[in-house]
Amino acid sequence: MFPRPIQQAPRASRIAYQVALPVALLLWLLPLLGVAMTSVRPASDLAQGNYFGMPSYLAFENYADVFRNSPIAHYILNSFKVTIPTVIGCLVLSCMTGFALAIYKFRSNLLVFFLFVAGNFVPFQILMVPVRDLTLSLGLYNSTLGLALFHIAFQTGFCTLFMRNFIKALPFELIEAARVEGVSEVRIFWFIVLPLMRPAIAALSVLIFTFIWNDYFWATVLTTSAETQPVTAGLNSLNGQWVAAWHLVSAGSIIAALPPVVMFFAMQKHFIAGLTLGAVK
Amino acid sequence: MVHFKTGALALTAALLMSGSAIAQQRTLVFNTDTSDPAPKAAFDQLIADFEAENPDVDVVVNMFDHEGYKTAIRNFLTADSPDLANWYAGNRMAPFVNAGQFQDVTDVWEANGLGEALGSAKASMTIDGKQWGVPYTYYQWGIYYNKDVYKAAGVTEPKTWDEFIANCAVFKAAGIDCLTTGSSALWPVAGIFDYLDMRTNGYEFHMDLTAGKIAWTDDRVKAVFAEWAKLVEPGYVTENHAAIDWQDAAALLVQGKAANYVMGNFAVATFKEGGMTNDNLGFMVFPEITPGLPRAEEAPTDTIHIPAGAKNVADAKLFLAFVARADVQTKMNGILGQLPTNKNATVDETDPFLSAGFAELSSAYALAQFFDRDAPAEMAKAGMEGFQEFMVHPDRLDAILERLEKVRAQAY
Amino acid sequence: MQAYWKRSQRKLAPWLFLAPGLAMFALYVIIPIFQSMAISFYDWDGLGEKIWIGTANYVELIDDDAFYTSLKNNVIWLVLYLLAVPAGLMIAIFLNQTVWGIRAYKSLFFFPFVISQVVVGLMFSWFYAPNFGLFYKLIETVTGDGVAILADERFVTYGIIVAGLWPQIAYVMILYLTGLNNVAPDQVEAARLDGAKGWRMLWYVILPQLRPATFIAVVVTVIGALRSFDLVSIMTNGGPYGSSRVLSFYMYEQALSEYGYRMGYGAAIAVVLFAIMMVFISGFIWKMWRDETER
Repeated sequence: MFPRPIQQAPRASRIAYQVALPVALLLWLLPLLGVAMTSVRPASDLAQGNYFGMPSYLAFENYADVFRNSPIAHYILNSFKVTIPTVIGCLVLSCMTGFALAIYKFRSNLLVFFLFVAGNFVPFQILMVPVRDLTLSLGLYNSTLGLALFHIAFQTGFCTLFMRNFIKALPFELIEAARVEGVSEVRIFWFIVLPLMRPAIAALSVLIFTFIWNDYFWATVLTTSAETQPVTAGLNSLNGQWVAAWHLVSAGSIIAALPPVVMFFAMQKHFIAGLTLGAVK
Repeated sequence: MVHFKTGALALTAALLMSGSAIAQQRTLVFNTDTSDPAPKAAFDQLIADFEAENPDVDVVVNMFDHEGYKTAIRNFLTADSPDLANWYAGNRMAPFVNAGQFQDVTDVWEANGLGEALGSAKASMTIDGKQWGVPYTYYQWGIYYNKDVYKAAGVTEPKTWDEFIANCAVFKAAGIDCLTTGSSALWPVAGIFDYLDMRTNGYEFHMDLTAGKIAWTDDRVKAVFAEWAKLVEPGYVTENHAAIDWQDAAALLVQGKAANYVMGNFAVATFKEGGMTNDNLGFMVFPEITPGLPRAEEAPTDTIHIPAGAKNVADAKLFLAFVARADVQTKMNGILGQLPTNKNATVDETDPFLSAGFAELSSAYALAQFFDRDAPAEMAKAGMEGFQEFMVHPDRLDAILERLEKVRAQAY
Repeated sequence: MQAYWKRSQRKLAPWLFLAPGLAMFALYVIIPIFQSMAISFYDWDGLGEKIWIGTANYVELIDDDAFYTSLKNNVIWLVLYLLAVPAGLMIAIFLNQTVWGIRAYKSLFFFPFVISQVVVGLMFSWFYAPNFGLFYKLIETVTGDGVAILADERFVTYGIIVAGLWPQIAYVMILYLTGLNNVAPDQVEAARLDGAKGWRMLWYVILPQLRPATFIAVVVTVIGALRSFDLVSIMTNGGPYGSSRVLSFYMYEQALSEYGYRMGYGAAIAVVLFAIMMVFISGFIWKMWRDETER
């Protein structure tokens, strides 16, 4: 194990380590704590210049205020309307593409695979104008569906990489045996491979959920009105309205950040497994 | 596209639908950016009145977020055209007019004698000798100031630019920002430039400059920046203006940390929310710099247009004629807290800022729209960045003007 | 028909499985790349007719100060963003212990990564805000004069990069924590018996074993640095006077922002950014290709 376990270190180092841990964490999360604190600070404190002292009381009404006086609930709903179809769509497409690329040997296999991988890395800006035109001509501009369709297509690149590597690691003998018994390819996919992919599906769902929830660029390019904007873009326009009202900006930020955070803490194992796939051999 | 219908409208529509006139109902689709409270109330009223006069027309409103609208309009004009759309006068409408996406409404102007009634706004609505929309409101710019700060510093309202600068020295000594602004969104500094240019070189020069006919490296342009430097170099302007929004700067004026603010009349609501009243909030016309120049003012005009793809053009023209009328403009600007463009309309005289603005603009030699409406988009953006940079680094003036000159060569 | 399917299903099946995903990917990703390249040769405001102007957009780009500012900032981003790799490694090593509550520490250290960049940007804007921001106050206390980081052309890009590093370090950290978990204990013990420790141990024994984690960390960091758009847009909008622009933001600004009506020019900027990224992407693909074919 590296570094040497702290238990083997002298007592002084052990104590120092135990002290350093919370101090480091506090420093690390300082911006976050500051914002969390501001989100429950009453407006009157800010007006009096009390930015860092204890809030004079815990003003949870800031949160109520954000919900009552802004369309943030609608923005959050829109975020779900974009995120959930994207997760489902990506999984459906990439289970199939991943299966095809992992199981079959054909000449252009690696070429197609690397097309997906490379596409996944391109800058968004090179897609912006044509994708916007395409969405306009489909009549889906400024709709959550139009945004979700793009995300499905784009995330398929990453998901294919992930699924393909995952399926590659499955025991190939299972498939060989099924083929010998004359099981059709579709049934192999459905009854043999798919059940084994559950951990990959779980990991990808949380990852894609987080990626799409946090998308800001495409939300600004493909949606414009409060009726369709997801919470990232919505928060930015609210920020324009809430100038100097940092207690509201903070509360809004916390609300916007909450769903992926909850998702992360609830499904931590899958999340990290997904993120670190390939980090070990 | 998902649309937003205001409650009042949905109700009106529902009431009308239940009537017997359902067979004759014609719809008029109106896309607006009036999502802020006052404009929203004014438009609700406007449309309700229009429908009362024209019971066979049903106005359907698609409301957009004020900022989002600026990009949304480019899409709905081509993809999903309404019958009416809000926009702005001057060069701001030029891209749409040139792309053939607004209709020529010269006939509405002629049939209703608008050339006379809307005379002051006619030039800003005209491209190639034709009118492309109807203005319904405008508002004045000028200097808003904190009377208490003036009193405490023992200075009086300046009559000339030299007096203004002299006052600044007094404020500076008292630790007060003589002029505040918040330039993080860039446009507030353009107001300062417009006034300095119009006061130094006059209206015609300013129009030629924004129309790209004059080089940015011209000595007369440099003279404008020389006046500006009198404010910037001694540190009379709020130091971190590039980091703050215009509302943050308004707070400085309210708190008495700043004395003057070059702003549009919409800021009065913000000052008053911060606790100022008619007693301690002052307004003055931007002081004279070059003696004897006819006084031009900044008065951005908001407008309504008929897109080329409109389906119900006849009723759309009816609506334009309606919104141009004096009584209609009186009523709607009363709610907006702004000035009507129809010269026969009246202004709420109990509001000192509105009546001051009305006096200022009706006695003006000419009206400018605003830098980002008079100059084309590319020039506007580069220009405002240049102004902001100048206000931080006045020593870089020559480099800034060189850059703007390069943009001018490209943009026109 | 039936017989044909039976005979060649193993040949056809991969293409049938690939078809929907490949079609979507082609429609939304592959084809648009070429469309953008085509648009970059036109003068187009997104409203009227496209006018063919050949390479004029690129010629203009060569003489555009804002383009060079963006390019310079992209380089700064790239270089400083890579600090996330050693920083993430250090934190990972710091946290790779088995003491009480360490799992919670690890999750809390990681969790900035889960937060949207919009929120991160707002948090740091608040942190840097002149007159009352925590960071501003800190500088004021130390030097006696506060600095408005986001309004000062000397510091603004660095200020944004720090905000970007925060979640990026968390990401790299988690990659390395997983990697450290899988370091072969026998090799470490053997090296210890040989007297290796500290830096030498890290450099000669641990890092070689962490190579896959390092590769992924470098890939995601480089791509993340070149994609930086959200933070610039949220924190400064490219300001003050355009000094914090990066190519991705400049492209958006020219093509689609309030004053941007130049789709063709924007596309040309995007093509340049794409070309820069292609250098890195090709490198990554080349390495992955080698690994694949070696197997």
